[in-house]
Amino acid sequence: MELITFKLILVLALFLLALTIAAYSTWAERKVAAVMQDRIGPSKAGPFGLLQPLADGGKFFFKEDFTPANAERFLFILGPSLVMFISLITGAVIPWGKSLNIGGTSFDLQVANIDVGVLYIIGMASIGVYGIMIGGWASNNKYSLIGAIRASSQMISYELAMGLALLSIIMMTGSLDLKVISESQATGKLWGLFELDGMNWNIFYQPLAFLVFIIAALAETNRHPFDLPECESELVTGYSTEYSSMKLGLYMFGEYVNMFISNAFMVALFFGGYNFPGIEWVTQNWGENAAGILSIVAFLTKTIIGILIFMWIRWTLPRFRYDQLMHLGWKTLIPLALINLMITGAVILAFGN
Amino acid sequence: MKLTNRSKVVSNKEMTLAEKIYLPAIFKGMGITLKHAVRNIVKGPPIYPYPEVDKPRAEIWRGQHVLKRDEEGRERCTACGLCAVACPAEAITMTAAERTKDEKDLYREEKYASIYEINMLRCIFCGMCEEACPKSAIYLTDRLVDVETNRGSFIYGKDKLVEKINERIDITTRQSEKQKNAVK
Repeated sequence: MELITFKLILVLALFLLALTIAAYSTWAERKVAAVMQDRIGPSKAGPFGLLQPLADGGKFFFKEDFTPANAERFLFILGPSLVMFISLITGAVIPWGKSLNIGGTSFDLQVANIDVGVLYIIGMASIGVYGIMIGGWASNNKYSLIGAIRASSQMISYELAMGLALLSIIMMTGSLDLKVISESQATGKLWGLFELDGMNWNIFYQPLAFLVFIIAALAETNRHPFDLPECESELVTGYSTEYSSMKLGLYMFGEYVNMFISNAFMVALFFGGYNFPGIEWVTQNWGENAAGILSIVAFLTKTIIGILIFMWIRWTLPRFRYDQLMHLGWKTLIPLALINLMITGAVILAFGN
Repeated sequence: MKLTNRSKVVSNKEMTLAEKIYLPAIFKGMGITLKHAVRNIVKGPPIYPYPEVDKPRAEIWRGQHVLKRDEEGRERCTACGLCAVACPAEAITMTAAERTKDEKDLYREEKYASIYEINMLRCIFCGMCEEACPKSAIYLTDRLVDVETNRGSFIYGKDKLVEKINERIDITTRQSEKQKNAVK
């Protein structure tokens, strides 16, 4: 098989996977909410309400596609498209699995193996703000504008903390390539003490960085408790107030795709990527393809657990006030990340690697 | 005035370190939601899936009124108006009429209610009318008042209130022994 064919198949598979997971995240979100609030959640459409995402999607398509009179029509359409587009292309650099051997050739399960994968994702995440900003501004509505401003200032503040938390990982691995970061977590002695196959995860070295990163990731994806841009009670869903039909659907979907990608990113950085306990043993005894498929399963399992934790947080915590959000970002997370960076640097200096 | 012992006095005291870090509180909260989640997954949430399963009502539930007939099928109501007086919501109105000779098998007393109306929107289903009635004529039943689309339809006349002669409504299940013995 040609490399290009494999990549195209992978792109298509990833596209479908991201959309399916996003669709079923909406279902899971409602189920998680229900289970935590002593309810049953969607239960009418199919067994356990499993066809609910299809019903929701169908409803979105049949709704009136309304554009407000004074809205900037082009930008109004551009906003949601941008959110969806950006969140989908972010998945390109994430290594979804180890490798597959088809017809004697070994293929990496990564769409684009670029040297600066981490930078690429961070950059794309920042561009994602434009979708919200443009949509909010083009709606010509004060609530939407306030929501958009909140979204952009929140994202700019939390990107700093996120980047600083990432720096400590980059210092440890010495690479911006997500493939290298994933591989570095496969083997080696944990804390230089135990020999654990496929369990040399960065979370065991960088718990503080992980804490900062997960809080920043919640803020970046506009999830509770940092969902100030949409804020139903004060801003009437903020930047998406004026949106209806599939444009609103794209915003909501984009949010869930974002959540999926940011969890995948987090898994690649902190939870050993596609590595699972015993990956080396499986590769040697069962062959490359078995290890490859198991690694995909492991990666997706970790990602889905991450998504469930995001939902768990959402249905537990109340929303932050805006000034509290800024205090947390600038006064707590950035100093914490800087201290963590200094400690990491000192440890690397003292013990070599 | 203190209604319950659950109220907490709000204070502006300095926060302790654990409170400032905020994470212990978050984990505590997440523990509570997890407890609910596990309980609901293992045992099923404490709900009645309404359209399929009706939530069981208490035996003494006070629903739509009925104007009772006696054993011979005569209307018990004598239009004395005590129920209207007792009604705190002023939902009951009636017009009295005198019974003629050939109506003896229709009405038990010489005076009867030619019009008897209860406004179900005003009614608060307190059961005062039931208590006030000296003739054991009006009772609240376990039935629900139907949904209507306009306000006028909620004023129930005798056609809806008087029990049908061959579809008697048994109200004894929701009565105490004392109430059962008090029937005249």
